[in-house]
Amino acid sequence: MIELLVNLIVSVMAAATPLLLAATGELIVEKVAVLNLGVEGMMLMGAIAGFAVAHETGQLWLALLAAIAAGMTLSFLFAVLTLTLQANQTATGLALTIFGRGFSALVGAGYVGIAAPTLPKIHLPVLSDLPFFGATLFSYDPIIYLALILLAATAYFLRRTHGGLILRAIGDQHDAAHVLGYRVIRIRYLAVLFGGAMSGLAGAYMSLSYTPLWAQDMIAGRGWVALALVTFAAWRPFWLLIGAWLFGGIMYLSLYVQGLGVPVPSALLSALPYMGTVVVLVLISRDRRRIRLHRPAMLGRPFQATN
Amino acid sequence: MLRLQPRQSPSAFWSWASPILALVLTAVIAGGIFAFMGRPPVLTVYTFLISPLFAPNGIASLAVKAAPLIMMGVGLSLAYRANVWNIGTEGQFTVGAIFAGWLALSLPDAPMWVIFPAEMVFGILGGVLYALIVAWLRTRFNANEILTSLMLAYIGQYLLIYLVTGPLRDPMGFGFPQTALFSDAADGPRLIENTNLHFGILAAPIVAAGAWLMLGHSVLGFQLRVLGQAPRAAKFAGFSENRLVWLAMAISGGLAGLAGMFEVTGTQGQLSTNISPGYGFTAIIVGFLGRLNPAGVVPAGLLLALTYLGGDAAQINLGLSNSITGIFQGILLFCLLGADVLISNRLLWRRRSVAGGRA
Repeated sequence: MIELLVNLIVSVMAAATPLLLAATGELIVEKVAVLNLGVEGMMLMGAIAGFAVAHETGQLWLALLAAIAAGMTLSFLFAVLTLTLQANQTATGLALTIFGRGFSALVGAGYVGIAAPTLPKIHLPVLSDLPFFGATLFSYDPIIYLALILLAATAYFLRRTHGGLILRAIGDQHDAAHVLGYRVIRIRYLAVLFGGAMSGLAGAYMSLSYTPLWAQDMIAGRGWVALALVTFAAWRPFWLLIGAWLFGGIMYLSLYVQGLGVPVPSALLSALPYMGTVVVLVLISRDRRRIRLHRPAMLGRPFQATN
Repeated sequence: MLRLQPRQSPSAFWSWASPILALVLTAVIAGGIFAFMGRPPVLTVYTFLISPLFAPNGIASLAVKAAPLIMMGVGLSLAYRANVWNIGTEGQFTVGAIFAGWLALSLPDAPMWVIFPAEMVFGILGGVLYALIVAWLRTRFNANEILTSLMLAYIGQYLLIYLVTGPLRDPMGFGFPQTALFSDAADGPRLIENTNLHFGILAAPIVAAGAWLMLGHSVLGFQLRVLGQAPRAAKFAGFSENRLVWLAMAISGGLAGLAGMFEVTGTQGQLSTNISPGYGFTAIIVGFLGRLNPAGVVPAGLLLALTYLGGDAAQINLGLSNSITGIFQGILLFCLLGADVLISNRLLWRRRSVAGGRA
């Protein structure tokens, strides 16, 4: 029983991590009222960049940097198009995903079915040495811890720092923020780049730890689930964590039940996380007042300085 | 430095010149990427964009690929004009194909004049019903249609996998994930005997023409445009937003379902796990490239169809992965969105000090 529970926690944590990383990045992006629908594409780019560099050099930290850079490159493209050239954010985000899919498949064609070094588990003193379950429950790879730390830092930044206040001001009333002298476009650029970095890292976690392989389209909609998570959390960091665990749980469940050999077709079980996303979105969105209360007021609206 | 200066009114010239500029830019950028990969850029771009047209049956293959793209692109144009972001046409395409395929398998002996129109009805019905889930979730529960329609696209794909590996699998098919072949009657009429030029190739331009008339010359078309451009005005005019959302989803979903029906009956003759090479997502680019105008969607659909043929040609003749199709499509959409800035802005060369820089 304990073993099962430990297994559950470990699996859910692992499944939740890529969602959490990408959603934390997108949260910051949406806090400055930019909607980047290209998360899936950026995660794919991060996944292949990380995997390829890990395979070629054997250096994991280099691989993570490459993944972050890949995500940031795509998000920079997004920023130039939507922030400087004022292109439609929805369409540009979709372009990012279409491009990321194609590009990662092309680059990744030579990396299918081969191995790369995977992320090591971190040994925590005392905790990892606990009898029975310490070895499994308290030894994760560094990115799982990093995701939690980054989330906490993001929450602190948004709530408790001057920078976070500026970010929220730009998201809720960019004209006023501009009049107060804040560089709306520049700060939005930075936020979008942060989102790209986080998505890239999330992708690298997928290809270097979660399913330590490269396969075409391996993100399988997780980028979109991360986007849904931000809405689910109503743009609040703590709820992001709950949401990520919830989805991690659904993903684990669909795999676990398939493993049990129950007479439910595996294809239908695989659809479970996507159905869960729809259900959760519906439950959350029906409360229009709460959405309006928490949603950055300028979300998706372009800003043009008029002076 | 380069500066953008907003125009007094959008430029009609650039609205149509921008796709052409985008295409040229895309060819140049793609050539650059090929050169970077150590491939001869001009030859590769030529193989990708020009050579498929001169291949045997090149034009016929182009028409076969363009038909579903045009049909879906037309539907998306109407929906996007109304600010209804249906990006799950891939799912509506799949469910339309499932409905039509199921009918074809259930009635193997029906004559063509019965089965073929019935398949069309079922294809449309499948797409409409699947799309209306999204409309219902948006109007009733305020759920974002971008995310729900996309999630339903994934679910539709798994539904298809379930059906062709389970209940609908061909018992004589050696366990392959596909259904039995449809009857010749169910495959529908051919425009030219012994080719794969199916009826959908005729239907696509008809659909485009009908939508063009509807959008420009009917009250409904007017309402859709107003809802997209000035939602508040639409409200004051008493147009029901919910009704328009339902209609936009139904039209785009129904056309996607019809496209799916033509694809599985006309070109594939059975259901299998891969009935679409991402037509639903490519149709989004078709819509934008066609300026969300059914008349523009036709050439845009032909161009994007060419990128599929080009991917195959590059794979066969140059040994490249056919995923360059996706790259090309992505770059094309990037360039288009970038070039579109010229519609509402003038590009000026100005010294930085004059305006005190970008504020």
